[in-house]
Amino acid sequence: MAEQAITGWRKWAEDIGEQCVFFARFFRNIFTGSFEWSEFVRQCYEIGYRSMMLVGITSFIMGLVLVVQLRPSIVALGAESMLPKTLTVSFIREIGPVITAIICAGKIASSIGAELGSMKVTEQIDAMEVSGANPLQYLVVTRILATSLMVPLLAVIGDVIGLFGGFLALNITDNISLPLYFHKCIASLDFSDFLPAVVKTIFFGFAIGFVGCYKGYHSNKGTESVGIAANSAVVTASLWIFVIDAIAVQITSLLFYK
Amino acid sequence: MKATNGNISPKKPASTQKDEVVIHAKGIKVGFVDNEVLKNITFDLKRGENMVVLGKSGSGKSVTIQCIVGLLKPDAGDLTVFGQNVAEMNDDELKQLRMKIGFLFQSGALYDSMTVRENLEFPLTRVLKLNDQQEIDKRVEEVLDGVGLLDAIDKLPSDLSGGMRKRVGLARTLIVKPEIMLYDEPTTGLDPITSREISELILNMQKKYKTSSIIITHDMECARITADRIVVMDDGEYIAEGSYKELQKSDNKMVRSFFNETT
Ligand SMILES: Nc1ncnc2c1ncn2[C@@H]1O[C@H](COP(=O)(O)OP(=O)(O)O)[C@@H](O)[C@H]1O
Ligand SMILES: [Mg+2]
Repeated sequence: MAEQAITGWRKWAEDIGEQCVFFARFFRNIFTGSFEWSEFVRQCYEIGYRSMMLVGITSFIMGLVLVVQLRPSIVALGAESMLPKTLTVSFIREIGPVITAIICAGKIASSIGAELGSMKVTEQIDAMEVSGANPLQYLVVTRILATSLMVPLLAVIGDVIGLFGGFLALNITDNISLPLYFHKCIASLDFSDFLPAVVKTIFFGFAIGFVGCYKGYHSNKGTESVGIAANSAVVTASLWIFVIDAIAVQITSLLFYK
Repeated sequence: MKATNGNISPKKPASTQKDEVVIHAKGIKVGFVDNEVLKNITFDLKRGENMVVLGKSGSGKSVTIQCIVGLLKPDAGDLTVFGQNVAEMNDDELKQLRMKIGFLFQSGALYDSMTVRENLEFPLTRVLKLNDQQEIDKRVEEVLDGVGLLDAIDKLPSDLSGGMRKRVGLARTLIVKPEIMLYDEPTTGLDPITSREISELILNMQKKYKTSSIIITHDMECARITADRIVVMDDGEYIAEGSYKELQKSDNKMVRSFFNETT
């Protein structure tokens, strides 16, 4: 028992060490050699465009559901006109970024993990390395930067669509016009609501790309390891998203919400 | 250490010398967590020579050639390629070395998100850093023609058969004109006719590009066609060495088991 626990901890510590090394190598490779623009653009397309539908639908439903759920308590408080503001602040600050990131963890981290994992298993990464090319530059740097850029973008798009979903729900009962609704939403927004949320999603995106790449790149050489890589990429990335969220909320409340 | 070995020629006038040793391995040991895979591997590969390595599955043949390109580090022993110690190289030196070595993986290892053309362009643009598209096209077509697959140029690897994939893999390594070729089971999993074609292709490439090669196989037909010299590996060591004809007469049990299969 005790021995098992010790080897377990050692594995964990080794894993952390390896992740640090991987991070350092990633960082070094951003600035050395030539940047793979075409692969980066392709990844942005794959990651951003292909996830837009999913993020859009989920955010729309979340906005809609949130209004329906919030309404009774807000009406009971007699603060019905506060509904757009409540929705906007909670959506922009928290729900939009987290929903988008979780969706992306499920879709993007797993697909990066599986893709790189299968490239590892079929020796494509080794082949790239022994040919003298730099697989880190081509595969990892492009993907991590693409997720760091696209997840924030997706989150902003998700925010807008989510607010629109909220409008539909509100419109059923309250008969508010779209311009007025969005006017209320935007008026209730502060710089300090928007900026930390966007910065946070950059980190979410980074975590998604990094975890996906790390798990795929370091998967073992068996067929089943592709599945393991994809699966643990999703689990780890989702966990990281919440950890980052918890840290971010502390920092923003110190800096902005006095 | 190196001084004791008279075989290593001085580095400079290298390329002209017939007996020049390009890979020198002495007492290579490699172990993983709970098993020692290579115990004592010693060999010299000469320029222009085809050396075939025979050995059963899991005996560490792939591990040996992975050490040569620096994918794995030996735990002990001396491994020099072109007179330079592989284990002591930094990233840049390793890259320079890898540009001179072609490695054909067991699976072909084609990049499966790229077409055949893009696969072949990859080492040209990423490693040799060519950017003259005409020159690139010319080299791609030339090498693809050499392996007889010019009409597959715009196909994806998933649309190719196993034999075709191996050939494209071969073309991709040859396109940078390596001085040393390492073939990992080039004919495994192919039908006899395709196997023979690949074997002959290997022989042609040796003649055409004057490469030195290590060919890992357990296909005796392939060994017979391609080998200048054969070594037999068992339990982490080379136990026999000689030409095909010489080994045929060997009375070592392990060696016999390879040669009997085919006769
Ligand atoms: N990266 C590795 N990590 C752990 N064990 C390995 C690794 N590569 C190879 N091995 C082990 O080394 C042994 C020899 O493998 P290999 O060289 O691939 O055999 P083969 O002679 O069939 O090519 C096998 O038992 C394999 O499990
Ligand atoms: Mg092998």
